[in-house]
Amino acid sequence: MNEQDQITTDPTKPAQRMRAGSMTISATPWIVAALVLIVLPMIFTNNSAITIMNQMAITIVFALAYNMLLGQGGMLSFGHAVYSGIGGFACMHIMNATEFFAVLPLPLLPIFGGLFGMGLAMIVGSFSTRSAGTVFAMISLGVGELIAASSIIIVAFFGGEEGISGDRTYSLPFFGIEFLKQIEVYYLISAWLMISTLLMYLFSRTPIGRMANAVRDNPERAEFLGYSARWVRFYSFIFSGFFAGIAGALFAINYEILTEENLNTTSSGVILLVTFLGGVGFFFGPILGAIVFTLVQTVLSLQTDLWAFYAGVLFVSTVMFFPGGLAGLIMMHVPAFKFGKARHLVLPYIRTLLPGLITILGLSALVEMIFHFRHAATGEDEMTLFWTTFDSHAVFPWIIAIVVTAAAFWITRRNVPGLVEAWHKANNFSGGRT
Amino acid sequence: MELVLVNLIDGLVTGLLLFMLSAGLTLIFSMMGVLNFAHASFYMLGAYFAYQISLYMGFWVGLLVAPIIVGIAGAGVERYGLRRVHQYGHVPELIFTFGLALLIEELVQFIWGKNQMPFDIPEVLNFTAFAIAGNSIPAYKIFMIFISVAIFIGLLFVLTKTRVGMIIQAALSYPRTVEALGHNVPLIFMGVFGVGTALAGVAGAIAGPVLGTFPGMAFVLGSIVFVTIVIGGLGSLWGALVASLLIGWITTFAKSYNIRMEDILNGIGISTPEYLDDNIFRDLWTITSPQIADILPYILMVLILIFRPYGLLGKRDA
Amino acid sequence: MRKTKQLGVTTALALIIGSTTAFAENIKIAFIDPLSGPFAATGTNGLHQFEFAAETLVNAKGGVLDGQMFEVIGFDNKISPKESLIQLQVAIDQGVRYIVQGNSSGVANALTEAVDKHNKRNPDSRVLFLNYAAVDPALTNEKCNFWHFRFDANADIKMDALTDVIAANEGIKNVYVIGQDYSFGKAVAEAAEANLAAKRPDIQIVGNELHPIGKVKDFTPYARKIVGAETDAVITGNWGADMLGLGKSIIENGFTGPIYTYYAAGSGITAAFGEGGKGSIRLISEGQINPPPTEEAAAYYTAYKAKYPDGNVDQSRISNTIGMLAQAIQAAGTSTDVVAVASALEGMEYDSMWGTKVYMRPQDHQAIQNMHIAVHTNEGVTFDYDNSGFGVVAESTIEMAGMDSPTTCKMERP
Repeated sequence: MNEQDQITTDPTKPAQRMRAGSMTISATPWIVAALVLIVLPMIFTNNSAITIMNQMAITIVFALAYNMLLGQGGMLSFGHAVYSGIGGFACMHIMNATEFFAVLPLPLLPIFGGLFGMGLAMIVGSFSTRSAGTVFAMISLGVGELIAASSIIIVAFFGGEEGISGDRTYSLPFFGIEFLKQIEVYYLISAWLMISTLLMYLFSRTPIGRMANAVRDNPERAEFLGYSARWVRFYSFIFSGFFAGIAGALFAINYEILTEENLNTTSSGVILLVTFLGGVGFFFGPILGAIVFTLVQTVLSLQTDLWAFYAGVLFVSTVMFFPGGLAGLIMMHVPAFKFGKARHLVLPYIRTLLPGLITILGLSALVEMIFHFRHAATGEDEMTLFWTTFDSHAVFPWIIAIVVTAAAFWITRRNVPGLVEAWHKANNFSGGRT
Repeated sequence: MELVLVNLIDGLVTGLLLFMLSAGLTLIFSMMGVLNFAHASFYMLGAYFAYQISLYMGFWVGLLVAPIIVGIAGAGVERYGLRRVHQYGHVPELIFTFGLALLIEELVQFIWGKNQMPFDIPEVLNFTAFAIAGNSIPAYKIFMIFISVAIFIGLLFVLTKTRVGMIIQAALSYPRTVEALGHNVPLIFMGVFGVGTALAGVAGAIAGPVLGTFPGMAFVLGSIVFVTIVIGGLGSLWGALVASLLIGWITTFAKSYNIRMEDILNGIGISTPEYLDDNIFRDLWTITSPQIADILPYILMVLILIFRPYGLLGKRDA
Repeated sequence: MRKTKQLGVTTALALIIGSTTAFAENIKIAFIDPLSGPFAATGTNGLHQFEFAAETLVNAKGGVLDGQMFEVIGFDNKISPKESLIQLQVAIDQGVRYIVQGNSSGVANALTEAVDKHNKRNPDSRVLFLNYAAVDPALTNEKCNFWHFRFDANADIKMDALTDVIAANEGIKNVYVIGQDYSFGKAVAEAAEANLAAKRPDIQIVGNELHPIGKVKDFTPYARKIVGAETDAVITGNWGADMLGLGKSIIENGFTGPIYTYYAAGSGITAAFGEGGKGSIRLISEGQINPPPTEEAAAYYTAYKAKYPDGNVDQSRISNTIGMLAQAIQAAGTSTDVVAVASALEGMEYDSMWGTKVYMRPQDHQAIQNMHIAVHTNEGVTFDYDNSGFGVVAESTIEMAGMDSPTTCKMERP
């Protein structure tokens, strides 16, 4: 199994372009990432920011694990939350097994979560990975629904809708740390984030990880080369289950409670959207998706009750216009940078994106105004939007909002051809490499 | 015995309603390869449109017009959304419909609010058709049965006896050949998508008054429709019918009779543990059939996929 | 990519800090309940009632202590325990010392444990959890703690009151119990069995079953069984779409007896039942709406309707929560030392405008108050629900229900 040096890449395919680039990747990004993770809580010291960062880290691990299936293995799962959920529930039971937990340092707990997630993945994978495509997707949906439904029925293990809770501080103190403070938990989760991200990255570069790509793209050809597509899928599946279980364990450590929501189809759907939003074709895509989605869900929802509406619009437009996700959008610019022509793009970008941004903000302002107009209490006509307070029942603000939006839209439309032209220029080979 | 008959009728109503959704979905899937996650959302739109129209023009106009609007909306989604995403492959298509389902739910909440709508059965049909041993069968249910059967016959006729149906059937299997013969395949796709969603709209318009018109109605029905077409066999209209009725009857009978897990286990010779309350399997022992009625279809689907991936009447691999 | 993360968190932080500095002297109350998603209607209406109660009962009267105002801040928990815990953290960072929550016992359970742990680990930013609607008995029994106060009657107390009424009705010989398959549904079923067995051993429970929560599309088979069992009354703890679906189906299939419910009113349910549910749907709840118990209550309701024409005052306990909190802060002389405020709340007797005394039982922090059985009708309705012309009219009252109900709570005080 020595295909490391046989890999040929087709730079027109985004998924492979990433790998072509990554051949030269050194340890630098990892060190930078680790430093950033260490420094972040010193900048954002309050507990809620740390809580949000913990949530991000957990979602990142889960989304990366999910992308081992979707992006690297080409397997679409509608029930992946159950593997992370089972890992989390198992950890919760370990936390509640007082005697055993008292001799277990907390930082080791995620290993158990991973093993349980992997165990379940082995059972399910034994029959679900026989084929990819719709059969796999539908089995994952069915199994996901079954386990989510039984989480309410089987109270002994899942605790019904109230879930199972425990106390992380009863573990064996780890070098004197009892994990009483959020910041201590943050460093634990960050350490596991680094470890699992590195392991998952390395997995994508092992022969099995490479074969997963091959099976995704052309299972028949892979079979002819002598690889069993089924076993390759099975291995991807159980490793994905392992890391999903780790994410579940980190959830258990951070929240100290596991409930039905950790298993249900909504969570499974969310992780699919997160991964796709970030971009399935790139290793770091899900990381972006997890960060953006957590911010939308947690921070945008503090600002507006319509956050789910905006999230829906974001997803649909991502799929329609940027199927490569956010990562694809970023990586689109790599050639321009390589040609040293990226600076040609700066001005057209400003010309198009600035009015474009205003258009989007204007549209959302209109949506918020309609919402306020329809649902606000009688007598409370004032609303605050973008730090401006005005009367949503008066005509004037509406005219302003509509005019600004329309004007911004018009400017955007007018400047788009310029951007397209600049784009072509910047990505043109004829200029030669500089 | 009479109760069996009543349950058969109730299960038939549920099954036929499911069929109206799965018929459109299976057509769309077999033709375009798209698992349309937003299908149940079009069902919800049907109910809401019908409700809104019925406020001004009465139930019957609503029943007639709402599906048409839904169909047009569906065709628009295909033309301006799906067709664009189609080039990226099946997974983005699926995620597109997934996102669309979320978006439609949010839109419905934005327009109609989050409460259940007071959408009621029309007065003309608000009576008891007949009673079996004290169990009244509302006339509306009979009406639902008639509508669904009429739609099934109509669909079958169009697909097997008309020229359009022939082209559609051909396009199902050999889209490129059909295109080469000079037929406008994208137009056929759009038409099938529109008709499929319109069928979902009909289902919504007639189910809204009995099952409730609320923002969660699509979610409640969402995945069960997939289960139906997978069990029936993708692309098979007869399969969709058989699977829908099967699911309708299984769930209805499971809810009507209290079959207890304990009795089944005792029946096959496993005796109840002495200290049930401390047993880790205590919850399994106390399961009753009404408790799990609505997850039985999922069990059925997983079993079918393991042992017969084509589904009951399907011809090709899912 | 790391840059993006940093940027994102900066934005997050800016937003969080931005909302902190705006009001410095108010007493902040965090309302953590669903404001988006399928349960948002209940959540939003609850938030409006809290804001209105704070405005009318506290701020309009000059606030508490030396003129400190109540400020209710809504946090959207999407009815998810995980999101609730995040929002709890955000709220605490914003200087909130009082948390109110009510929808879903699962969320309440997660919150009460999180609050308990937080208060143990961070003695300098302790918070109180005022639970206004989550009725799982466990919260004031085995899972009770010093920081949790419940202003609604729990499921057992409600059932106790409800079965008092059923027991007094000689016409009822058979009862059917049906509920959603989760902790609350099971608690209702158990309490119904135990209470009926004690009060009217001659009543037969002809059916006792659970159905999956939020998954049932068609309730007809259940309704057929209920009608077929020839029962005289139905008891259910269902809520939301499950309540409506079950109730409608039972009535459509020809059942005419009383259907005793916990949650069949307001939030669109009253409007959707309409004529069909008249005289059949019964509701056990605190706070009498029709006929209005006091003039103050009538004025309060009228003012609320003027402000929120589409809203209902369907949770009179919300105004009790605000009223009692204000009284406790006043008595403790501080709003920052929550231990003192909690001690003032313990054993408090509060005269509610809804015509009842509310007593906060110190041994388990469970509010004891009058309970009412009300009937869904359009006759004698002063204040209807959902602008439908239909509302609930009190039929019978149980004074200080569950005053000496047992509790297993072993309260640990700091």
